Amino acid sequence: MLQPQKPGIPLPAPSLVTQPFWDGCRAGELRYQRCQDCGAITMNPSPACSSCFGTNLGWEVSAGKGEIYSYTVVWRPQTPAFEVPYVPAVVELDEGFPLMSAIVGCEVDDVKVGMRVKAVFEEMSEEITLIYFEPAT
Amino acid sequence: MAKHFLHDVAIVGIYSTPQARVLENHDSETITVAACKGAMEDAGLGPADIDGVAAGGKAAPLIYWLRNGPAWRSMSPPSIPALLQAAAAIAAGQCHTVLVADGMAGVYTQRQSTAPWTRPSNEFVLSYGMFTAAEFALIARRHMHLYGTTPEQLATVSATIRNNGHVHPDAIYQGRGPFTPDDILASRMVADPFHLLDCAMTSEGGCAMVLTNAQRAKDLPNKPIWILGGSGETFGPAYQHPPQWSLSGRSGEINGLVGKRVAQQAFGMAGVTHSDIDVCEFYDPFSFEIIRQFEAFGFCEEGEGGDFVMDGRIEVGGEFPVTTDGGVMSFSHGGAAVQQLQRVTRAVEQLRGTCLSRQVSEATVAMASNGGAGALFSDVVVLGSEQPA
Ligand SMILES: [Zn+2]
Repeated sequence: MLQPQKPGIPLPAPSLVTQPFWDGCRAGELRYQRCQDCGAITMNPSPACSSCFGTNLGWEVSAGKGEIYSYTVVWRPQTPAFEVPYVPAVVELDEGFPLMSAIVGCEVDDVKVGMRVKAVFEEMSEEITLIYFEPAT
Repeated sequence: MAKHFLHDVAIVGIYSTPQARVLENHDSETITVAACKGAMEDAGLGPADIDGVAAGGKAAPLIYWLRNGPAWRSMSPPSIPALLQAAAAIAAGQCHTVLVADGMAGVYTQRQSTAPWTRPSNEFVLSYGMFTAAEFALIARRHMHLYGTTPEQLATVSATIRNNGHVHPDAIYQGRGPFTPDDILASRMVADPFHLLDCAMTSEGGCAMVLTNAQRAKDLPNKPIWILGGSGETFGPAYQHPPQWSLSGRSGEINGLVGKRVAQQAFGMAGVTHSDIDVCEFYDPFSFEIIRQFEAFGFCEEGEGGDFVMDGRIEVGGEFPVTTDGGVMSFSHGGAAVQQLQRVTRAVEQLRGTCLSRQVSEATVAMASNGGAGALFSDVVVLGSEQPA
């Protein structure tokens, strides 16, 4: 069964722009940016709207559901801190934005492109909770 | 052939230092200097003849060590981007003779981890254990899903390129083959669909070249190799955003075909078309990237690359021989830029007709590339053995 990694892996250092995303993860929410002027979604968190380049961006909460756009099964870890196998994946959220994450809660052989998944959260430190995705049943 | 201002610039010197998994008694500075000395010697030139250096962060130190300042310099990545910038500077009269150089040694010491230049530190990929193989695997997997591209087609690319390295006397993995596609598929899985032998190696080495204008090139010992055209593009920073086949900008062009526009531009400047390309010195960080580049550069349609690389077409003797020295899979992968510069120096060897192995007979036009969709960028250059009239 694929599991979240254990504490000890390298963790994000949020920036001014990305801090609300990571605050969302700590609260068990997938937060994304929406332009208050034109309505376009921007992800990853950015200092400007992906459509109008405006800077009037607000935050909304995703339902956390989507499907696997692509995935890979890694057997040679990036560093020894990671337990293999692990399955990095690009998830296309139903709201219409992609997110880099990893798949947990199923066997390696169950992972398929197009598979429906939902967000789960795993606390890694006091500051950082990571978002993973597991099969949506 | 329509004249382009880049056609007045030639590559007149090339050199790769010895390449090795680990180069004893070298660091990135000393191996880069060794590469520069070799390229100047090949060109028949000395420090006093060089009035420009393009070597990324090493450009300013090299100018100081050469004591040829004040000199033109470029801090662009010392691969195809620096080459094209140097050529444009020469054509513009900002300088007349430029050294393009890179080298790396003594950087990859923690062997339990993947090489440091493969491990991105960005907050949206870092904690998911991403490294270059995983980034490129996400692109390959999507292509397999969309178009039915097979592991056997990927393995055919790997076997072809590794067999080119197998017979190259200076390749780090010289004599390691020959390989069949089945051998590739039998190697251990690194990042599905990439087996170990679908992936670049890690090594150390230096590489440099010398560019000059047409007038000076006439008086030098080597047959000049001419810059016919080239360009580069990116969709954004590598290894930060989800590497999607369908990532697109306002133009509607997609990351899966990154390099399409630059290939069109390069062919336009060169006044050539695909059937004119005798040698494809494409960058080969992972097997799928070769399949993708044949699609992006317009040699075949999107989705047809898997079939395109079969049946010997990309072997020397086939229609579009690819990465003829073994590339980063078998020749060397010295670091961040040096091995990308070596795509160009190999194309020069092919057009000079001086390859120690896998010489393509009567090669007159060669295309070299850098980058890949896993890293959101592509750079290409088209070289010729004759200066366009
Ligand atoms: Zn907007």
